[in-house]
Amino acid sequence: MFTATPHILRKQRTERLAHAMFAGMALSIVVPLVCIIAFLVVKAWPSLSLAFLIEPPRNMQTEGGIWPALIGTIYLVVVALFAAAPVGVLAAVYLNEYATDNWFTRLVNLAVINLAGVPSIVHALFGLGAFVLAAGLGQSVIAASLTLAVMTLPVVIASTREALVAVPRSFREACWNVGATRWQTIRAVVLPNAISGILTGVILQVSRTAGETAPILFTGAVMYKAVEKGDLLPYRLTESCMALATHLYNLATQINGAPESLQFATATVLLGAVLLVNSTAIALRVYLRSRKKW
Amino acid sequence: MVSDEPVGETVIDVRDLRVHYGEREVIHGISFDVRRGEILGVIGPAQSGKTSMLKCLNRTLEFTPGATMRGTITVDGEDVLRVRDVFGLRRKIGMVAPLPVGLPLTIYDNVAFAPRAAGLSNRADLDDIVERCLRQAALWDEVKDRLATLGTKLSGGQQQRLTIARALSHDPEILCLDEFSIAIDPVTTMRIEDVLKELRATMTILLVTNLTQQARRLADRTMFMLNGEVVELDRTDVVFSDTPGDPRTFDYVSGIVG
Repeated sequence: MFTATPHILRKQRTERLAHAMFAGMALSIVVPLVCIIAFLVVKAWPSLSLAFLIEPPRNMQTEGGIWPALIGTIYLVVVALFAAAPVGVLAAVYLNEYATDNWFTRLVNLAVINLAGVPSIVHALFGLGAFVLAAGLGQSVIAASLTLAVMTLPVVIASTREALVAVPRSFREACWNVGATRWQTIRAVVLPNAISGILTGVILQVSRTAGETAPILFTGAVMYKAVEKGDLLPYRLTESCMALATHLYNLATQINGAPESLQFATATVLLGAVLLVNSTAIALRVYLRSRKKW
Repeated sequence: MVSDEPVGETVIDVRDLRVHYGEREVIHGISFDVRRGEILGVIGPAQSGKTSMLKCLNRTLEFTPGATMRGTITVDGEDVLRVRDVFGLRRKIGMVAPLPVGLPLTIYDNVAFAPRAAGLSNRADLDDIVERCLRQAALWDEVKDRLATLGTKLSGGQQQRLTIARALSHDPEILCLDEFSIAIDPVTTMRIEDVLKELRATMTILLVTNLTQQARRLADRTMFMLNGEVVELDRTDVVFSDTPGDPRTFDYVSGIVG
């Protein structure tokens, strides 16, 4: 009754082949990441230490650590986060909860899509023109952060909308049916259940800008700033700063006489910082999801 | 078509209602009335426009992108398209959806949500409303000791009664139920039917149902909808007799079509 006909055998062969192919492709995503990390860590090993993290560079940046760049990148990302999050989240709430299909909504959607397609070097020029020159902020943390914020807005909006869409429509309809306004519905039911996804999504997306070089190169990052070891408040917002991505660029192209391991150590720290923030955000999301209310 | 003696004055009057989703017309100019104090059963197969019709009554159709309604609906003599306070209109009509919806709030907050949204904040008043509505929905005894647990943690049947309690919480004059028994067991269905029998003394009920026998058990008058049209609206005993006004009605209620 259950004997396999040639047709069944052929189907099973195809099935195994398909399975293997899809699994192989999935695996091939992991391979580059592992290779990159291994390569970086091996090359960086001679320079990696706690001192490397918290000490300023010495001797024309050919020795010492990367503290000014590390704290600078943290500054840039945090300020960008505070600039991008309110605009992006509120815009996403509007687009997902209020907007009907009209010319204004289409215009906003079109702007979001096109903003996402703008190359980072063009964002850099925009930041230079708009924030550094026109707004008179000069080359500063605030100008560079705003540039990063503009750049990251489309993905912040996209990830926020994703979190909002995950709240079932039936919840909204139940609220509308009892005479609640859209805002009452959003405040009572939508936001409390989307907020975990929104927060982690925004942190993930904005932290990715830590690796951006071009947008901050023209708008606020400089080659060298004198900063005390471990100083947590070295920069004012209106001052320029050092950053990991531009420091790496400078080490690789501008600074002579630094050991190769210094570049790789900088790259490792940059990658490590982004991975750390990402995994924290993901852990937070998993934790918050486990407390989901439906 | 309507041949019975009036149960009461007209509460909802629908004239030439048409509903479009984009270009597609799903309700083709229907007219009917709902009278005070009656249970009006609405039967008909899927896609006959029952749910769309309900959404027109409290104007929640406007939350569906691309949906438009034409014609006139008056509730208590007021044109729903012209009411100043659409939220007040929605509070006048209690709406129970096919699938139970426990909001991700506590049981207490599920029921207190509508009064709060309407501006009530006095704790004692809210307590009274919560208890009254949960009692009316035959859920009080099961949940009175755990009002602070999440409404979403209740069983499906309990959630449907919670939904009914929420629909009663804004003191509606009219209660609309849209295939409320679709996702719950027969025992719970019968309990809710008992609830409806008690509620009929104080309010008007519009009972959309996919169970023709449910309409037969409960409704004073029954309306048969098919493909966006009202085929027949008459006393329930006439609709379920061997000689209803339209042969299609007989075919549907006796299970030959639909």
